[in-house]
Amino acid sequence: MGILLHIGRYFEFLRQVVGRPERTRLYFQRTLEEVDLLGVRSLGIVALLSVFMGAVITLQTSSNIDAAWIPRYVVGFTARQSVILEFSPTIISLILAGKVGSNIAAEIGTMRVKEQIDALDIMGVNSASYLVLPKIVAAMLINPFLIVISMFLSIFGGWVVSIGTGVVSPTDYITGLQWDFDPFTVTYALVKTVVFAFIITSVAAYHGYHTQGGALEVGRSSTTAVVYSSILILIANYLLTQLLLI
Amino acid sequence: MIEVVGLSKRFGDLQVLKGITATFEKGVVNQIIGRSGSGKSVLAKCIVGLHHPEEGRVLYDGRPFFEMSIEEKRTIRQEIGMLFQSSALFDSMTVEENVMFPMRMFTTMDIEAMRERARICLERVDIIGKERLFPAELSGGMQKRVGIARAIALTPKYIFYDEPNSGLDPQTAILIDGLIKELTEEYGTTTIVITHDMNSVMETGQNIIFIHDGQKWWQGDRQELLDSSDQELNDFIFASELMRQARRAITGRLE
Ligand SMILES: Nc1ncnc2c1ncn2[C@@H]1O[C@H](COP(=O)(O)OP(=O)(O)OP(=O)(O)O)[C@@H](O)[C@H]1O
Ligand SMILES: [Mg+2]
Repeated sequence: MGILLHIGRYFEFLRQVVGRPERTRLYFQRTLEEVDLLGVRSLGIVALLSVFMGAVITLQTSSNIDAAWIPRYVVGFTARQSVILEFSPTIISLILAGKVGSNIAAEIGTMRVKEQIDALDIMGVNSASYLVLPKIVAAMLINPFLIVISMFLSIFGGWVVSIGTGVVSPTDYITGLQWDFDPFTVTYALVKTVVFAFIITSVAAYHGYHTQGGALEVGRSSTTAVVYSSILILIANYLLTQLLLI
Repeated sequence: MIEVVGLSKRFGDLQVLKGITATFEKGVVNQIIGRSGSGKSVLAKCIVGLHHPEEGRVLYDGRPFFEMSIEEKRTIRQEIGMLFQSSALFDSMTVEENVMFPMRMFTTMDIEAMRERARICLERVDIIGKERLFPAELSGGMQKRVGIARAIALTPKYIFYDEPNSGLDPQTAILIDGLIKELTEEYGTTTIVITHDMNSVMETGQNIIFIHDGQKWWQGDRQELLDSSDQELNDFIFASELMRQARRAITGRLE
C-alpha cells in the first residue's frame, strides 16, 4: 500500500515538474547553474574513482587470466568491456546517486521545511517545475560527459598499471583495448547513463519535495532518496541490459 | 476583499479550525489575534491554499478560490503577497535577489529597474546597504523585514503578514506597523495581519478577529475591544498588568 501511494505521488509530481515554465530564460540560466553544481563539481570524485577502479580491474583480470593458452591481450579487452559496460555507467551512477542524490534531497527538503517552497507557491510559481526541472535536465545533459570521462580515465588507470607493474605489457594491453570493439557498447552505456541520471535527480527531488517536519526528517529523506534511487538504478540496469543487449 | 465561509481544517485527530466565517475588508488593516497554537497561521495558509481545508469556501473579490484550476490559482496568487512567520527567504539568494525574485518571475522589468525597485522596498523596511548579504547573515528581525520587502515587491492586491513584529525592537515594530497601514491605504490592499503584539492591535486594529477554540470567537474594532466584556477575549488581551492599566487610562474602566 505504502509503495503504491509513493508511485502515484511520484508520477503526479513528475506531471507538475514538466508543467509550463514561467520564464524560459530563467530556466535556461538555472539549468546552466545546475550543470555546474551537479556535474562539474562531481568531476574530481569521478576522476579519482575511475583511475583507481581501472587499475584494480586490470590487476584482478591479469591475476585471474594466467593460463598459458589465453593471450595476454585479453586483459586489456576484459578491462575495456567491464569499464564500458558496467563500471562507468552503473557504478559511477550509483556513486552519483549517493553524492548528488543526497544533496538534492537535502536541499529541496530544507526548502520545504523552512517554508521556502510555500513561498514559491504563494507567488504563483510552479515550485516543482522551477526547482526540479533544471536539475533533471542538467543531470541528463552532463552525466554522459562524466561517464565518458570516467571510461577514458579507467582505461588510463589500467594502462598505468600495465606500465608500472608489468602484469601485462602495455602493447598487449593496448591491443586488447582495440580488439573486437563494438561501438554499440558505448551507446548502450550512454543510454543507461541518461536513464540513471533521470532516476537519481527525480527520485531525490521527489523525496525532498515531500519532506514533512524538520531537520531530522530532511536527513531521513536524504537517506531514503539514496536507497530508493540505488535500487531503481539496479532494476533499470537489468531491464535495459535485457532490452538492449540480448 | 476576502471572504471566508465555514472553513474547517483538521490534522489527524486535531480539529484546528471549526467553521470559520469572516470577511476581510479592502483598504483596512484586518488583524487576526489568538493564543499561540490557536490556528492563526493555519487559517492564513488555508485562505491562500497551502493547506486544504475539509470544508469551506474562500472568495477573492467574489472569485471562489478552491474551485479554480491550478493555472487560475497561480494567476490569483500573483496578486498575493505573504510574509511567513519564519520569513521563508531563499537561502541561496542574496537579500537583493530575494526581493527581486517575484519581479524576475512575473515582470519584464530590466535588471536596473528591478534593482531600483528592490532598493525602494528595502528602504521602506529600513534595510539599507545589506543587498549583498545572504539571509543566514541577517538577524531574525532583519530577515522578517526583508520578507516584508519581498512580499510588497509587486504591490499585491492581497497581503498576509504572519507576525510581522515578532522579533523586532519596539521602535522598528512601530515603523513596520506604520508601513503596513500606509501601504494598505495607499494601494487599497486587502491586508491581513496575524499578530501577538498588543501594541499594534491598539495602534492599527480596524477589523480585529479573535480566534479561540477553533472558532471566530469575537470580531470588532479597537474601541469595541476596549469595551468588550467577553471573558476569553479579556483574559487574552488584558493578561498583563500593563495592558489593564492602559485600559484604565483610556476608558476609565475598573476591573
Ligand atoms: N502541518 C501541520 N501538521 C499537523 N498539525 C499542524 C500543522 N500545522 C499546524 N498544526 C497544528 O495546528 C495548530 C495551530 O497551529 P498554528 O501554527 O496555526 O498556530 P498559531 O495560532 O499560528 O500559533 P503561533 O501564534 O504560535 O504562531 C497547532 O496545534 C499545531 O500543532
Ligand atoms: Mg503562527
